[in-house]
Amino acid sequence: MAYKAKIRVTLRPSILDVQGKAAQHALANLGYSSVESVRIGKYMEVTIDEDTLEDAGRVCTEICHKLLSNPVMEDFTFELEPVN
Amino acid sequence: MADVTAGIVVFPGSNCDHDTEFAVASFPGVRPVMLWHNDHDLQGSDAIILPGGFSFGDYLRCGSIARFSPIMREVIEFARKGRPVLGICNGFQVLVESELLEGALMRNTGKKFICREATIKVVNDSTIFSDGYRMDEVLRMPVAHGEGNYIASPETIESLEEHGQIVFRYSDAEGRVTEEANFNGSLGNIAGIVNREGNVLGLMPHPERASETLLGSEDGRRLFESLFRHVTGA
Repeated sequence: MAYKAKIRVTLRPSILDVQGKAAQHALANLGYSSVESVRIGKYMEVTIDEDTLEDAGRVCTEICHKLLSNPVMEDFTFELEPVN
Repeated sequence: MADVTAGIVVFPGSNCDHDTEFAVASFPGVRPVMLWHNDHDLQGSDAIILPGGFSFGDYLRCGSIARFSPIMREVIEFARKGRPVLGICNGFQVLVESELLEGALMRNTGKKFICREATIKVVNDSTIFSDGYRMDEVLRMPVAHGEGNYIASPETIESLEEHGQIVFRYSDAEGRVTEEANFNGSLGNIAGIVNREGNVLGLMPHPERASETLLGSEDGRRLFESLFRHVTGA
């Protein structure tokens, strides 16, 4: 059974996001003064072939820890759905 | 100096590997060997150097893919045995991704790739990499990086300080560790650290590009000299 994982990797709240700051400044220049902050992260779609949703979740957590995010500066969340 | 084999790991996208080879080969008795990332054999290396560059195009995070190259299994084992490993620039990024060194290297606070000469101050002169320098000595070495902004949790920083693991800090030419001198935004102006055991050093500046007067500085030479001296036990 294949599952699609939609993974979001975001910078930890304590980390200054210079890219987000630059985007926020650009938005302010465009007149969007109500935009208070911008944080930029990564979105990944990963297809995982495992027997159960639980197994796919375990693999997904593992790969996020090992490679897809760096716990020193990033957090991750994901959603899993079966692929037909 | 007795015979030393210095293994230089070559990842796809490494670009300071040959500069490092050239610098290393200028020491009498030191033989550089190039180690391809897909190999498993350290070819009898006495020290390992992870050179600068853009391994795997800096995809995902700098150094994150290189960290899982086949040869890294041997390099990590080598380091865990207490043998010397030096990571320069991208090599430093690979070392933090490998968790051989603590912390992480993020985008420079000014967002720009910075390529220029930097001045760094020696704040620990008793590691195997830095005991050829004097404490508080100011060194000139080039930097060339987009992600050199060192970060770590407050607990990690405290522990690095406590155990003397910070070896180099960005300073001005007079050795003042100021905010202006901290061009990439690193916490505590950190330019280079060692692990607790003292056998793994990572630094963002390029000692291999400061290894002869023709290049404008030879302040990087003594780093290699100390390392090779310790390897031979001289």
